Amino acid sequence: MNAHLLNELTVFVLAVFVGLEVISKVPATLHTPLMSATNAIHGIVLVGALLVAVVSEPKLGPALSVLVVFLASLNVFGGYVVTQRMLAMFKPRATAPAPASTNGAKR
Amino acid sequence: MPETAAVDARQLGIDFAYLITGVCFIMGLRYMSTPKTARLGNSVSIAGMAIALAATGLQLDWQAAWWIALVGLGAGAGVGIYAARAVKMTAMPQMVAIFNGAGGGAAAMVATAEFLAHDPSTTAVPLDAGITSVLTAIIGAISFTGSIIAFLKLQEVMTGRPIVYAGQQLVNAALALAAIAGLVLVALNIATVPAYFGALAAAAVLGVLFVLPIGGADMPVIISLLNSFTGLAAALTGFALGNNVLIISGALVGASGTLLTLMMGKAMNRSVANVLFGAFGTVKTTAGAGPAAHAGGGTVRESSVDDVATMLAYARQVIVVPGYGMAVAQAQHSVRELADQLEKKGVEVKYAIHPVAGRMPGHMNVLLAEANVPYPALYDMEDINPEFPRTDVALVIGANDVTNPDARNSPSSPIYGMPILDVDKAHQVVVLKRSMKPGFAGIDNPLYELPNASMLFGDAKASIDKLVGAVKTL
Repeated sequence: MNAHLLNELTVFVLAVFVGLEVISKVPATLHTPLMSATNAIHGIVLVGALLVAVVSEPKLGPALSVLVVFLASLNVFGGYVVTQRMLAMFKPRATAPAPASTNGAKR
Repeated sequence: MPETAAVDARQLGIDFAYLITGVCFIMGLRYMSTPKTARLGNSVSIAGMAIALAATGLQLDWQAAWWIALVGLGAGAGVGIYAARAVKMTAMPQMVAIFNGAGGGAAAMVATAEFLAHDPSTTAVPLDAGITSVLTAIIGAISFTGSIIAFLKLQEVMTGRPIVYAGQQLVNAALALAAIAGLVLVALNIATVPAYFGALAAAAVLGVLFVLPIGGADMPVIISLLNSFTGLAAALTGFALGNNVLIISGALVGASGTLLTLMMGKAMNRSVANVLFGAFGTVKTTAGAGPAAHAGGGTVRESSVDDVATMLAYARQVIVVPGYGMAVAQAQHSVRELADQLEKKGVEVKYAIHPVAGRMPGHMNVLLAEANVPYPALYDMEDINPEFPRTDVALVIGANDVTNPDARNSPSSPIYGMPILDVDKAHQVVVLKRSMKPGFAGIDNPLYELPNASMLFGDAKASIDKLVGAVKTL
């Protein structure tokens, strides 16, 4: 194993611990939004997709290069929009009885 | 020299931007620790993603292939945003599954491009590059095809029941071995290209076959597991490309998915291995089919809308116990309406959410939030169970196995030991159910025969709408 790979492994292992720590604090009520939020986060693979697809001679050929960027951006945009939509629905008791349309416009 | 210095400075800037992205993702997840700050969290996460994409944009060869980025991004964003806006909250599990599969597929393809960049047919691929690429391809492919099958099952394009055949475990084991053999061959640089694509193909087939035997009620475990797979695949892509932001993000998602998988397994009192290989509900079905076989036990009491409405309206506290049946019937809005009517009459209404109710972690919470139920009224299993003995009516809507007292009382029951909602301890239990068919696990629920239980048969939404009308007139 070379030093470079060891560095990457270090980053990975530490990030796993941070992940476990942070995720364990998310309440069960938010587990579905959490899943879709982390779903959107792994859309970061779009960075990789762009790096291999948008080059002068993409190794996957043009069609598959478009496909890989498509899949990854589907993941990113779909994931974030659906998360935002879900989270917008979670309301505390105080604002719940008021009709959302009239009250929400003012803020 | 000045030229390389400029390049180095740019690379440093890009790497620094990636670091900020990693911090944004972590902070975003931290803000999800309360519903109040969760939206802010998602925005922070979006900002992180935007920073990473902008930084990536600086290192692309735009002149050569700008249209690939344009077409791919445009189509992906268009379809993704449209689908995310159009999807019904009840269909959220399959939506998450398909986005998850897209990410897994993309990761496998990125790894393949990186692998091909090493000219594997003519030159030896470096050990670390070979291993990380092929591992990414394997895990990404499993996640891709597995998520598609999960989607098809959840969308009910194919049956949600477990699909089992003789020798299933052997076939899966053989495929897993084939994938591992491919990995070893790539590492040893023997027949590298066929080995790579052989491993990729074996993994893709394995993804299909390992989700096929998973039944509907086990979906929360599988969705979480596939989520963690895609996270791991994204992290491995980072190893293959030497990109820290991919490693950090993938690790966060992998950790999250793993944690949720374990939580779901615990909530069913089953190991993840048992969920994956047990094909629950087919092997353990001891009860015969339908109501006829059921008659061997005690008798169930059928109630009327008016009786139940009276019972609810004059209660002090009512606990609603929703299950997947509520989602199927799209009854969440009616439930909320009923709760409103009851609250007007001074009844306290709470909701008891079992961790594996529905088809993904937190599924019921999202449905009820959609129907404007305030989140403080939603209670986790541990918090609500002590409340049942002082509750007048427990209203069970489309939930079955998570209320089965056999899990507590009968060591011979296949679900013995699974933590359940103690609805049987309420003064009265009203069960809204389509028919007497047993639940997913295929086991009878003795709850229905208890003296304090009564049944209200019919479609959940129709029944609740009638209840709303009846409560209004009281």
